[in-house]
Amino acid sequence: MKRPITCLAPGPVPGVTLLFFCAVCYAPPLSSTELINKAKEYDGKSVVYTGEVIADVMVRGDFVWVNLNDGENAIGIWLDKEAAKEIQFTGSYRAKGDRLEVTGVFHRACIQHGGDLDIHAQAIRKITPGQPVERELNSGKRNVAFILLGILCLVLIFVRRRGRRIAIS
Amino acid sequence: MILRPQPQDIKNIGYYSGKIIIGIGLTMLVPVVIALLFAEINPALDFLIGTEIALIIGFLLTRLCFTENDLNWMQGMVVVSFSWLAAMLLGAVPLYLSGHWQSYLDACFEVMSGLTTTGLTLVQDLDHLSYAHNLWRHFAPFIGGQGIVIVALSLFMKGVSGAFKMYVGEARDERLLPNVIRTSRFIWLVSIVYLIASTLVLGIVGIANGMKTANAFFHGACIFMAAFDTAGFAPQSQNILYYHSLFFEVITIVIMLLGAMNFNLHYHLWTGNRREIWKNIETRTLCITLFVTFLIILIGLSEVGSYPCAVVMFRKGFYQLISGHTTTGYMTIYARQFINEWGNLALVGIICAMAFGGGTCSTAGGVKMLRLGIIAKALQQDLRRIILPDLAVVEQRLHHIKEMFLEDRQVRSALLITLAYLALYGIGALVGMLYGYPFLESLFESTSAAANVGLSCGITTPGMPAGLKLTYIVQMWSGRLEFMSVFTLIGFFIAAIKGR
Repeated sequence: MKRPITCLAPGPVPGVTLLFFCAVCYAPPLSSTELINKAKEYDGKSVVYTGEVIADVMVRGDFVWVNLNDGENAIGIWLDKEAAKEIQFTGSYRAKGDRLEVTGVFHRACIQHGGDLDIHAQAIRKITPGQPVERELNSGKRNVAFILLGILCLVLIFVRRRGRRIAIS
Repeated sequence: MILRPQPQDIKNIGYYSGKIIIGIGLTMLVPVVIALLFAEINPALDFLIGTEIALIIGFLLTRLCFTENDLNWMQGMVVVSFSWLAAMLLGAVPLYLSGHWQSYLDACFEVMSGLTTTGLTLVQDLDHLSYAHNLWRHFAPFIGGQGIVIVALSLFMKGVSGAFKMYVGEARDERLLPNVIRTSRFIWLVSIVYLIASTLVLGIVGIANGMKTANAFFHGACIFMAAFDTAGFAPQSQNILYYHSLFFEVITIVIMLLGAMNFNLHYHLWTGNRREIWKNIETRTLCITLFVTFLIILIGLSEVGSYPCAVVMFRKGFYQLISGHTTTGYMTIYARQFINEWGNLALVGIICAMAFGGGTCSTAGGVKMLRLGIIAKALQQDLRRIILPDLAVVEQRLHHIKEMFLEDRQVRSALLITLAYLALYGIGALVGMLYGYPFLESLFESTSAAANVGLSCGITTPGMPAGLKLTYIVQMWSGRLEFMSVFTLIGFFIAAIKGR
């Protein structure tokens, strides 16, 4: 089941804009590689981009920066603070972050943000919620570590004995 | 006639290499502590296995090759180049075990890139890497930047006169203090004081930027280690672009410049002799090359209209330039943007900046400012000789820590090393082209690897050919050690095979 879209455009939306908006929303998402490689082509246009939220949600006034990784690269998304409340998990070693679909204006070199390549979000939708990642103890690694510890102890005994013999002679 | 190495040579090399390998093993305990702090059990095991292997090899070597003899020049050089290879092979073990590198070769590439303070990376899914493995990626430049041998000198050696031979083998031929051990300890003192101060500042900026507290300070420490040691690794896949912060960019520019500064100048800065910094030939050469390359980049960027306004062009152009010139490799643009958006002239500007590099006796790579300054002075002297009457005595002075007259010996040495670097840049570019990459891209990536920079135009990916990965590993290694100890190791092996 599709989750509802969080629309960030305030106030009433005219019919033509709504049509355009729907067209963009249902356009196939672009990959980060395509956006980076064809940045001039997409500059200033509305795009759909999906990716996993990674690391921090960085609050800047009424907005936040989130970085979405689609498996190839991560792209910065400039997002309304209210809409960002939907984000519950961010990707790290311990968690898989929420997977979002962002509809927004793509900037090859955003003047507002010092020339960064970014997307100013107009709408976001959570496609897949994130979750904590359980990491079980790798018994193979544990066994190797114990065996090597044993060998290291034997080497240290050998080293000390030989050291004593050298000192005596 | 080539003389085959004697058993005593092997013993000396084995004994001192063993000591350095023990040092490398012990440094891997730092990520173990971090892993335990963040309750990362499997990463802790990865580093424990790495430490154990290093200690076993190190202790065996020190005992089997036990000697009380001092090192000669050849042995010192071989110990250095061999230890760097050993550090790469051993340091790659925990990375490979993490599963974030697609092969052991990729893990070796990453460690060599870290130790040589290059910053080219082959990691996969960096954004889900553990704290421990991420710390090791940034700690490797901190060890390699100061010098693996310096780590061992500071920790294990007290009065070895052969220490100076190893110190020189690591491309550090300037002593700040009369004793090389005290010099090593001063280098560590400077680095640790800057580490604490910068971690605090970057951590606070990170929190102000909306990062979680633990993340902010962890990133602060990692970013400092990679910036001061001119490595260019970052904890997230977007590099510095991840932070979307002008403050972060300004602070890292300051740290990068500090990292590219000769430790001798740090010594004078610390002892209150600030005039030395402005009088020094390295600082003056850096100012000139920065100005010239920035001009080239600005003209190049304006020609192709890469950025919508001058402020943005200045910010993006200047950051990448400082990052390239100090041989750090931090980026606020994506790798492919260099090729798609920067245009050929701006690329040539940044390639020149990378090739020039930072200061001698610093953590930076490249040809280095002192050599460029010496070559420029020699050129000036020769021009004056042509212009002035035949009987005129033409002397050329230069100021590097003290006033001195330019000698032919200095010019010859500077030119030889510069030529070796140019050859290394060229060979790497040629190999890149043999694998089908365009000329400018190959030259960019090759210069970045050989000058230990770390900026990438997109060639360095896990999918690139294994032969090119090996080429870049050799380039990073020889570029960091400035050739002599690498040539000595090659000569040592040839002598072992062909010698009598």
